[in-house]
Amino acid sequence: MSTPETSDREPGRKERGLPANLRRDQPLVPVDNVAGRALMAVIAILTFLASLSAGAAVLAARASDQWRGAISNEMTIQVRPDSHRKIDDDVARAVMLASGLKEVESVRAVPKAESDKLLEPWLGTGLDLVELPVPRLIVLKLRTDAPPDLAGFGTTLRREIPTATLDDHRLWVRRLSAMAGTIIATGFAIVLLVLTAAALAVAFATRGAMAGSRDSVEVLHFVGANDDFIAREFQSRFIRLGLRGGLFGGLAAIATIGVLGFLASRWSATPEAEQLQALFGAFEIGWTGYGAVILVALVVAVIAGLVSRFTVRRHLRMLA
Amino acid sequence: MVRFENVGLRYGMGPEVLKDINFSIEPRSFQYLTGPSGAGKTTLMRLILMALKPTRGLVNLFGQDVSRLEPDTLTAFRRRMGVVFQDFRLLDHLTVYENVALPLRVLGKEETSYRAEVVELLRWVGLGERMHAVPPVLSGGEKQRAAIARALISRPELLLADEPTGNVDPGLGRRLLRLFMELQSLGTAVLIATHDLNLMEIYDAPRLVLADGHLHVDA
Repeated sequence: MSTPETSDREPGRKERGLPANLRRDQPLVPVDNVAGRALMAVIAILTFLASLSAGAAVLAARASDQWRGAISNEMTIQVRPDSHRKIDDDVARAVMLASGLKEVESVRAVPKAESDKLLEPWLGTGLDLVELPVPRLIVLKLRTDAPPDLAGFGTTLRREIPTATLDDHRLWVRRLSAMAGTIIATGFAIVLLVLTAAALAVAFATRGAMAGSRDSVEVLHFVGANDDFIAREFQSRFIRLGLRGGLFGGLAAIATIGVLGFLASRWSATPEAEQLQALFGAFEIGWTGYGAVILVALVVAVIAGLVSRFTVRRHLRMLA
Repeated sequence: MVRFENVGLRYGMGPEVLKDINFSIEPRSFQYLTGPSGAGKTTLMRLILMALKPTRGLVNLFGQDVSRLEPDTLTAFRRRMGVVFQDFRLLDHLTVYENVALPLRVLGKEETSYRAEVVELLRWVGLGERMHAVPPVLSGGEKQRAAIARALISRPELLLADEPTGNVDPGLGRRLLRLFMELQSLGTAVLIATHDLNLMEIYDAPRLVLADGHLHVDA
């Protein structure tokens, strides 16, 4: 603009004396108001819940891997007592047969005293179990690189020792896997539901922000902003809100998991904690779990940005 | 630059508020749009800005029929126009400086490239000391001047000003009018909507007079 007072100024002199921070870098569409902060709180809560679900799914997946790893490398031969047979001879024979398998790494016959001890939780201590027909157990450790011919070995075992049965723990593995799979699927379903809820919350908040910023949007149009520019303005604000909400929610989830892990380790001496530890191992989600929590927070922010952009574009198309 | 042929406008099923409007705005022209309050001056301005669609007739802007404009072309046309609203339409959460710089910011320009120009214009309209203030704390006259500065900052080909001197003292009003005249001499077509007879007597120019929905040109 060539104004009367300044048209003779040199360009270099114009910058002189100007405040350094004229622009406050304010967003063109104000969403950092009460509604914006409420939306951020909603996003934080949803991210917290989604992160806990993701963490639980990762915990179940890790525990499931541990169970499968531990159980699938073991088999058990159970030798039942029979009044017509000598159980010690049958045990020795079964140990010999099992040792002959090249897929078996080690064979250990569980001593009778140890077998009796396994019954203590049900029958109590101090009982004389000599007269009880307590079966004997033989634990086989398998090589991981060579799967055994279970059907063939089972047949041989039954032929040689009719009172012996081979348990490869498949049933347990199947049941535990199904349980872990259910927990994981439920966790992911909850994550998906929470993300959907976050998307809907952002969509409604964007519509509210658009309605509240109707004058601003009209002015932006009049000064030459196109729909894409306006949508980007909303999108960048909602991505920031989403990132902040996601950060708070994710950090709260990580802190909660940390506190639960700490409490679990403090109470590990109790029988309940031992049972839980037997099921889920240590209460630790590892880097995968923390990665999942961070991913959930990022996905929430991305969803906030995309949904707001889509909502704004749709709203502007309707206004046109 | 702007041509209206038999343009009519009605809201919904109501009566026509503008009837058979015919006029044109030539490049480098200077015209007043006048008429009593409620005659439809602002509505006519909004038609030129393409904020409203005519019920009938032809509106031609920059050589194109606006009824067949693509959204991108619409934006490009608006960037060639500057507008001063009667109610200022400043964004309350932005400072005066940010409001005035808005047309350049939406073009994606770097702030360093226009800072001096914006500050210079603000000083010229007497807002050099108020550039950090936000509109809610400004007086009516200060808002008016900020709105005018925003309309001028992008050096538009067409300036539409709706009662631009309605809230300023006569001295500043004359000064602003001189600025509009200088803009016209530099190549900007200017249309000023006003019912201020004193202002129109300072600089004689064709008058588009709106009354009862009809428009006639008083040369």
